[in-house]
Amino acid sequence: MTAVRGWFRRNGHLVVFLAPGLLLYGLFMAYPLLTSLSYSLSDWHGLVRGAYAGFANFAKVLGQWPYNVRFWGALSHNALFFALTFLIQSTLGLFLAARLSRKWRGFAFFQAAYFLPYTMSMVVVGFLWLLLLNPTWGPVAHGLRLVGLESWVQPWLGQRSTALITVILVNAWHWLGFPVLVFMAAIQGIPREFYEAGLVDGANELQSFRFITLPLLLPSIAMMSILTFIWDFNAFELVFVMQGASGSPNYATDLLATFFYRTAFGDPTTGGEPGQIGLASAIGVMMLIIIGAASAFGVRFSQRSQTEY
Amino acid sequence: MLPRAPAATTRRRPRVARTVSRTLIYLALVLLALGFLYPIGLMILDAFKTTPEIFRNPFGLPSHVGLETFREVWRRAHFGLYLRNSVLVTGGSLLVLLACAAPAAYAIARYRFPVRGLIFLFFLAGIMVPIRLGILPLYLLMKHLSLLDTPFSLIFTYAASGMPMSVFLLSTFFRTLPSDLEDAARIDGCSEYRTFWSIMLPLVRPAVATVTIVNVVPWWNDFFFPLLFLQSNTWKTVPLGMQIFFGQHLTNWSLVFAGMLMSSLPLLVVYLLMSRQFISGLTSGAIKG
Repeated sequence: MTAVRGWFRRNGHLVVFLAPGLLLYGLFMAYPLLTSLSYSLSDWHGLVRGAYAGFANFAKVLGQWPYNVRFWGALSHNALFFALTFLIQSTLGLFLAARLSRKWRGFAFFQAAYFLPYTMSMVVVGFLWLLLLNPTWGPVAHGLRLVGLESWVQPWLGQRSTALITVILVNAWHWLGFPVLVFMAAIQGIPREFYEAGLVDGANELQSFRFITLPLLLPSIAMMSILTFIWDFNAFELVFVMQGASGSPNYATDLLATFFYRTAFGDPTTGGEPGQIGLASAIGVMMLIIIGAASAFGVRFSQRSQTEY
Repeated sequence: MLPRAPAATTRRRPRVARTVSRTLIYLALVLLALGFLYPIGLMILDAFKTTPEIFRNPFGLPSHVGLETFREVWRRAHFGLYLRNSVLVTGGSLLVLLACAAPAAYAIARYRFPVRGLIFLFFLAGIMVPIRLGILPLYLLMKHLSLLDTPFSLIFTYAASGMPMSVFLLSTFFRTLPSDLEDAARIDGCSEYRTFWSIMLPLVRPAVATVTIVNVVPWWNDFFFPLLFLQSNTWKTVPLGMQIFFGQHLTNWSLVFAGMLMSSLPLLVVYLLMSRQFISGLTSGAIKG
């Protein structure tokens, strides 16, 4: 007992320093994330937990109508969401970053321009584009009619063929400034001597980008892709705001997170059955596994391609 | 040095072609920047117009500039209340986060003790995991603690989710400080707490600024947790309050545009005033993450 008291007198400050953080993080982050695993393996009656149910919840989500159709649909929408965003940020985003990383007249203006949408909340972004893209009254349709492209005007958010792509592009408008900034910072971290050496060897602009910038940028591109992946597989707000909790029209923009939300909390507008906690937890755990696997893969890749200079 | 210069000039493209390609790239940059800015510019312009004017003439300047619409939003949307709540929640979350993360990071970075590596790993494990995926247990926990429909549900959730990144950034920074400082303080009879608070903490102010920027932007804009945790109007934050307001007044475009401008203004102003700190904070958070 005296030994314990003595240890505490010598190391009590460590407890004082660490306890609040451990308590906060343990109670409100680690505990919920870990418990959602056990939630998914239980039977639920409303908010009351029933017996151990094995993988029954998973089997139901993956195999029983309508959950299976919704799940695979949402998963494929999330995959397209990420694929398209990744494509845009590693072509257009990389191009912009390469151009803006050299300080020339007015570069600060462009930097601010691309990044401004990122500071806006998804609620504002969603409603802003909902109005802009309105096929009857919206400025986009108005502009197309002014230049004689009336036939291009479509209910972009209302028809199955274009709704998801439109939402993804709106998200890209909001998001792109962030990868551009990160790539820019990484390019500016590359020592000038590399480019001077390339110039001495007679490399042109394109070659020095291909053989100097791009290889040294790979770790940042990998890191950014993980962040994009995590963000896109959690995307919720934009679809909820623009297309409703069921991803209208007819689930064409439904995502894993909106499917999860309907299953867990119900959606009065579409008559969803609320409070299916076991099923919702199973969806959440599968999202956790997908995100965990992708980020583990990405972190490994980014560490392998890391260069010290 | 080899006489390479002549060879390099022959390989270089003619001057005219260079100028043309430069101009094309510049043009592309300008057009893209316009594409990015135009929707925001339109939002600002249309916020000053009446709804029929927006429909008739969406691109032109407003026929008269007045603040009536903004006043109407302020009154009808309880905007002042939501603004106060957003400030309280974001500020409270930041206080709780710093009070928990700074001492923890300091202990991990500056002391040697048995389970140090394990504790650091425990914090780091959450760095890539979105807290949203634990929402169901978190919701029930808040319910049992009677924190639902109070700002504390948001404050604790935000602060906890900020811990991994903040402990990581702050401990990296604490580790770079010279140990002479601590030794001198100890010789002068400073307690461990005093050393932390008066000597070490002021030295990591840049890292505290980064932690602040990285966390405050997503908290301020968050819609997901307020949607689930808050039911009554008393504690609604700007994004949630405005989402409901926009939904109710979707046909009154003038009101909606004004509301959008008002909800975006705080961060837009902060960003334009201190864009350099903003940018370096956000990118260092992302790269080190």
